[in-house]
Amino acid sequence: MAYRYDYEVITKWISPGERVLDLGCGDGSLLRHLAEVRQVQGYGVENDADKLLTCIRNGVNVIQMDMEKGLAGLEDGFFDHVIMSLSLQAMHNTQGILAEMLRVGREAVVSFPNFGYWRHRQSILNGHMPVSESLPHQWFNTPNVRFFTIADFDALCAMNGIVVRERLAFDESRLIEEEPNFLASVAVYRLGRPD
Amino acid sequence: MIQPQSVGAVVPQRAHFAEPLPLRSGDALPEYELVYETYGELNAARSNAVLVCHALSGSHHVAGHYADDPANVGWWDNLVGPGKPLDTRKFFVIGVNNLGGCYGTTGPAAINPASGKPWGADFPFVTVEDWVAAQARLADRLGIERFAAVVGGSLGGMQALSWALQYPERIAHAVLVASAPRLTAQNIAFNEVARQAILTDPDFHGGHYYEHGVVPARGLKLARMLGHITYLSDDAMADKFGRTLRHGKAVYSYDVEFEIESYLRYQGDKFAGFFDANTYLLTTKALDYFDPAFEHGGILRAALARATADFLVVSFSTDWRFSPARSREIVYSLLHNRRNVSYAEIESDAGHDSFLLDDAHYHGLLAAYFDRIKV
Repeated sequence: MAYRYDYEVITKWISPGERVLDLGCGDGSLLRHLAEVRQVQGYGVENDADKLLTCIRNGVNVIQMDMEKGLAGLEDGFFDHVIMSLSLQAMHNTQGILAEMLRVGREAVVSFPNFGYWRHRQSILNGHMPVSESLPHQWFNTPNVRFFTIADFDALCAMNGIVVRERLAFDESRLIEEEPNFLASVAVYRLGRPD
Repeated sequence: MIQPQSVGAVVPQRAHFAEPLPLRSGDALPEYELVYETYGELNAARSNAVLVCHALSGSHHVAGHYADDPANVGWWDNLVGPGKPLDTRKFFVIGVNNLGGCYGTTGPAAINPASGKPWGADFPFVTVEDWVAAQARLADRLGIERFAAVVGGSLGGMQALSWALQYPERIAHAVLVASAPRLTAQNIAFNEVARQAILTDPDFHGGHYYEHGVVPARGLKLARMLGHITYLSDDAMADKFGRTLRHGKAVYSYDVEFEIESYLRYQGDKFAGFFDANTYLLTTKALDYFDPAFEHGGILRAALARATADFLVVSFSTDWRFSPARSREIVYSLLHNRRNVSYAEIESDAGHDSFLLDDAHYHGLLAAYFDRIKV
């Protein structure tokens, strides 16, 4: 099963026994990890038939749902954390899903590839769309539909009144503290509603 | 891995119950017989039993065939057998014909001990809860304290849900396919038209047609024709029949012209040839009455608080009789109660009937789910 280094950060933010919703849960590996080390009551959301099947094989609760249409049916504030790991850039309804995550969850955890990463900028300067470890697809087969940087996401949060409680940025697995919008390939956010 | 196989020739069994069964209506059934079939072996720990609940026209004959009638294959044979999703090498699978049925279990055609004549219309109303209570007595008889899973499609899914509420400690997993927590007004409306077709047939004789040597075949045929329309999707019907004319052009007659007419008449006649009209009436009423939320102010979340089982809920994209929205109601209510639940909405063009087909993705999901069940 897939294991990604952003899981380490996410795991640190989850307390034992929490109720967790993982949007775009893929094969369910994060939820399984969180169940093992945090004993969470986890549910995944997935709309891909093959991934759904893999979740069932992995013994992970999974609900088939089209997240683009929101999370109607899920109760306000039901989850301690709503996670979206490396999927936000593949959704059209960016603002809608962020609002829904903070409706059904006390906090949201979002990770995404930083298009402002220096290697990505270099690639564009050289005349090509970036292809890297965090952006592994070619322009013609990428599932990504939104292209944004850490600075862009900060601005969106500010505009929508979303509180950034914590932000960690990485160059692959290395923590980046200075100039993350230039030096980090992936960012992981812990988001909340204004108190 | 083995190639999926049939369970082979099977033999129905009977269990007689002398102790009266109190019914939800306040009535009671003084004594009764249940006809059932089993496939696979009950393990020493008695922990591998799976109950398969049937829908409106189904029976105890879930899988395999009869030695003297090889063409009579069980209604969910594509699901149950060695190497099939519900694998009889692992599970001991049970199918039971429900009370009020017409396949050998005590029903309206049976003799009413009080009158010495067939029950007919006097057969008491039976509900999903009553069926489940009777199934539980059969489980007692077979020495099964707890089912590894109770599985059902449509009305069968309602029984699986009811199991999780009536006997939460006796069921580890509930698998609900193309089901609903209660019927909508539109759904009850279809049932009412079907019943009116039977009740107004001159051969119905107030439900005592057995004594007159007739059956209300016209009414039952109409009921089945209506049912069939609602089990298929608009697209499936268009694909299968379209506007195809038997004579290639309109001949201005009330005989069969469009192929869809031929199909519906054939299905209606076939059904009216073997199914019992009183059973049809009773079963549609059981469908209509089922509403576990009713006693909880209509709040399903409150009704499902009793459940402790893990759930798999499956619906089909083009099923408008038991639509995905009805399944989602169950899923969200289970989620509210922090139950383990997974939900899949299968892309299918076959409408409600999809649950009986062996779509690879659908059966793959069931196989994966059953595979993880510990026995």
